[in-house]
Parts: sequence; structure tokens; C-alpha cells
Amino acid sequence: MLKDITLGQYFPGNTIVHRLDPRTKLILTVVFIAALFTAKSYISYGIMLLTVAVCIGLSRINLKSIFKGLKPLVFIIILSGLLNLLYTQGKPIVEFWIFTISWEGVRAAVFMILRIMMLITGTFLLTYTTSPIALTDGMEILMNPLKKIKVPVHELAMMMSIALRFIPTLIEETDKIMSAQKARGADFETGKLTDRAKALLPLLVPLFVSAFRRADELATAMECRCYHGDESRTRMKTLKMENIDFAALVLGIMLLAGIIVLSVFGL
Amino acid sequence: MTPIIKVEGLTHVYSEGTPFKKVAIEQIDLEIPEGQFLGLIGHTGSGKSTFIQHLNGLLKPTSGRVLYKGEDIARSKEATRDVRFKVGLVFQYPEHQLFEETVYRDIAFGPKNMKLSEAEIDERVREAAGFVGVPEELFQRSPLELSGGQKRRIAIAGVLAMRPDVLILDEPTAGLDPSGRESILSNVVNYHKASGATVILVTHSMEDVARLAQRLIVFHNGRVAIDAPPSQIFSRAEELRSMGLEIPKSTAIALRLRELGLPISPSVYTVEQLKNAILSLREEAKKC
Ligand SMILES: Nc1ncnc2c1ncn2[C@@H]1O[C@H](COP(=O)(O)OP(=O)(O)OP(=O)(O)O)[C@@H](O)[C@H]1O
Ligand SMILES: [Mg+2]
Repeated sequence: MLKDITLGQYFPGNTIVHRLDPRTKLILTVVFIAALFTAKSYISYGIMLLTVAVCIGLSRINLKSIFKGLKPLVFIIILSGLLNLLYTQGKPIVEFWIFTISWEGVRAAVFMILRIMMLITGTFLLTYTTSPIALTDGMEILMNPLKKIKVPVHELAMMMSIALRFIPTLIEETDKIMSAQKARGADFETGKLTDRAKALLPLLVPLFVSAFRRADELATAMECRCYHGDESRTRMKTLKMENIDFAALVLGIMLLAGIIVLSVFGL
Repeated sequence: MTPIIKVEGLTHVYSEGTPFKKVAIEQIDLEIPEGQFLGLIGHTGSGKSTFIQHLNGLLKPTSGRVLYKGEDIARSKEATRDVRFKVGLVFQYPEHQLFEETVYRDIAFGPKNMKLSEAEIDERVREAAGFVGVPEELFQRSPLELSGGQKRRIAIAGVLAMRPDVLILDEPTAGLDPSGRESILSNVVNYHKASGATVILVTHSMEDVARLAQRLIVFHNGRVAIDAPPSQIFSRAEELRSMGLEIPKSTAIALRLRELGLPISPSVYTVEQLKNAILSLREEAKKC
């Protein structure tokens, strides 16, 4: 069923990673990505792998859900691995047809695959352990300086949280309308491509109508409660940096610094 | 005679294998004879909507099966699709499914999917519109610019136009005013009488269902808790109340009178019956 697609894929929990401030996690994710792209040697890759493993362990996220998240990207991962394998010049080990495989190629391929997988896992950890609302709140505050150059930060964040809030509603609605049209004999599954595109009309029209109706109602409801943008708005849950946040940030920065030092020394 | 619909050991579990797993209905066995007017009641979340969506194959049973005229509706894709035309299902708030440019074309959507001839479609659309009291002047209007009650009628007509042998309505009167409710219910009764179709009416209103249905089925926590004709069901008032259901006002009055020591039947469930029961009490009092 449509509903089974995980979106926003937040797994509620109460581990250290869950409790970290969303801003901390956002910054750490950026730091992590920077470190990942600086890492060049076996040692630094080992350190990065260890970091990822520790974070997964601390957040108690099921390994299965992480692999499930990697699955749709398997093709891209394998493709970039293969390209690196075949097109890196170096001392050949096997030669066939027009391809040569070298030690350097194997190394580059393994590193590339590891890098992509860690990149994805790192960002997954962020979305798995942070509720979408906390995430947008965190982003809004982090982007606050951009207000100076007239970027509508608050409005963007509000739009994002509304969009996130309504994704499940829209999926549910789609499900319902689909059932209703199927009950009248609509057929979404068989037929030529053009037929199938046409068959979507009875689904899309009511869906748009109801999305617009909802948007209208929401706008009215917000206005009735005197919403007028960012000005002097307070929050129910104020974000607060705790000691563990600072500790985590220090650790993150130490990681990045360490990796940079290692790569400077060519390790 | 084989029942028109037979349900055997029907169980449905939503989101199986995830933390959000939810058993919506469990081990339901039911036989519905042809031509019956059946009322389906139950508290919010008791599994009514889940159950009826199995009767035309929109949901696949987790276990158990549904037979239409003795044959499993899930035996093939074609069979399932055919059953959708025989078992017409009107969803909760059906007005949200309207999509065509004109009322006429929206009502014609079902018959068109049945691949009927133009003439046949035209006949059915007019007939269905007649049943729900949609005048022909509205045929060329856009369904989106009509009132909520009119939209609801058009959506119901869209299902009636398939001339289903079994008509299932999921809370067709939700959110309507009393006169709107009354007229939609009488439309349904008229269709039942005129076509001889089997009707399953899902509702929260005991009042309506007691008055109209020949048989009442009460769902509770995904199971059939009571299955009885209206005349018997309300003597189990306490049980109904414990399942979070209201009993008709007339029954409540009769029960209260009994508590006060008057020999009145507990199976009263319409105002008419209550009036007669009270009048006959007076007759008896006169006799002594
Ligand atoms: N698509 C779905 N995914 C997961 N759970 C669902 C889904 N639809 C319904 N449920 C759950 O199944 C149970 C039965 O729901 P159902 O809609 O059948 O109840 P109902 O008797 O029709 O209630 P109501 O009177 O409010 O319409 C509920 O607990 C509901 O939360
Ligand atoms: Mg329901």
C-alpha cells in the first residue's frame, strides 16, 4: 500500500543522539561530510567508519532500516564503484578486452563505495533521529543570519514544516480517492501507457481540489489565530544547547581537524 | 439458496510487519442473503470501513475469504474487477471523489468503465439521477460548484448508475442536516424497494438503522459482537452502551418506564411503537 512508503523516516527514541539539539546534529552532519571528503588514506577511512559505527550504535537504529534506506541507491553505488575500478590508471593486475584493472582502481572503487555509503548513512542518521519539525526549527535558527540579506528564512521554514506535516495527509487522501474510483471500476494498473496516464485524471483532479481546499482552510485558520509571520513570535519548545551538545560539537570538530591533519601529512 | 455474500474467517491487519501494525478486523464469519437490508453499526475504529472494503475486493484479506454468489472474489484479477460493478460501494464523504467537468459525465464514469453502449449509459445516468433527486438542469453544471448535499447525491448516483446487486453505503448521512439525511435515507430505501438489491448501511445513528434495517450487526473491536433483528437488539441496551453505542430514544424511554414498574415491552425502537405501547397500557389500565 501507498502508506507503507516511509517518508521523513523519523524513528522516535530517547537515546543521546535523539536528545541532541537539532542544530548540533545539523552542524555535525556538515562537519562529517567535510571530513568524509577530506579523508584520503586507510587510516582516515578507518576513523570515519568507526565514527559512523559508534553513532549508529548510540542511536540504536536498526541496521536493517539503514540497509533499507541504502537499497534504492544500490545502482548508483555500484555504478560509481565500477567506473572507478575501470578508469583509474595504475599498475595492472588483470587485463581483458579493452579494460585493465589496477590496484589503484580497486582502491579507488572501494573508497568511493565506502564514501557514498557513509555519506548516505550519515544523513540518514540525522533524519532517523530528528523529527521533521525539530529539523526545520533547527534550520531556521541556523539560517537566521541570512535574514540580513533579506532571505525570508522564517517563511521558508514555515513552508517546509507545513509541507512535511501534510505529506502523510496527502498520501492518505490519495489512497482514499484511489479506492473510491476503483470502486467505480477505474483501472490504474493495466492498459497502455496513454490509457494509464488518462486513468490518473480521476485521481489527480479530486486530489488537487482537496489540496487547494486544505490550503485555503489552513490559511484561514492561521489568520484567525493572528499569524503574521516571524515578528515577535515565540516558541512552545525553545531549543536549548546543553552540555552534551557542546561536547558533541567539540568531538566533531576534533574529528575534522584530525582528518585534515592526516591528509596534510599524506596519510 | 446461496447467500449473495459470504464471509469466512476474515481478518485484516494494517501495516503488517512494522511497529505500526494494527489488527482492524478479526475472524469475521457472516452470511448475507439476497435482498436483505442490513445495518452495520459500531464505535469509531471498530473496523466497519475496513470490513466493507473487503466485500468488493478493494482490500485483500490478511486471511480468510469473501464469496460473492458462492465464488471467491479474489480468484482472479478479472473476477475482482467484475465484482466491483456488482457490489457498489459508496465511501464516507463520497463528494470528495467527484472529478468530471459535468455532473452527467461524473455519474456516467462507472457505467463507462463497464463498457456499456452510449444509449445504455444515458438510460442509467437518468435513472440514477432520478433515484437521488438530481434534476436534469444540473447535468451540465460542474459538480464542484454545487452544494455539499447535492455533491453527495451525485456521488451516490455515480454508484447507483452501475445498478449494483449489493449497495454498500459508508455513513451516507454524515455531516448533513436532518432533512438532507432523511431524504438520502429515503432514496436508499426507494432503491432497495425498486431494484430488490441487497443494501448494507453503515452508520452511527441507531435511530435510522433501527427504523430501516431488517438485521443489525454490531462491530466491536474488529469483531461481530451482536447479530440480530432490530426487535431483539435493543433489549440488550446495557451491552450496547458498554460498547459506546447509543440506543434509540424511544427504547430509552421504554426502558425507563419499565424501571418504574410499567409492563412495557423492551423491544420498542420507533416513536410509533412507543406510542402504541403507551396507548395499550392505558387500555389495560381502563380494563381493571
Ligand atoms: N489505512 C490504514 N492504515 C492503518 N490503520 C488503519 C487504516 N485504516 C484504518 N486503520 C485502523 O483500523 C481500525 C479500524 O478502522 P476503520 O476505518 O475500519 O473503522 P470504522 O469502524 O470505519 O471507524 P469510523 O466509524 O470512525 O469510520 C482503526 O483502529 C484504524 O486506526
Ligand atoms: Mg469508517
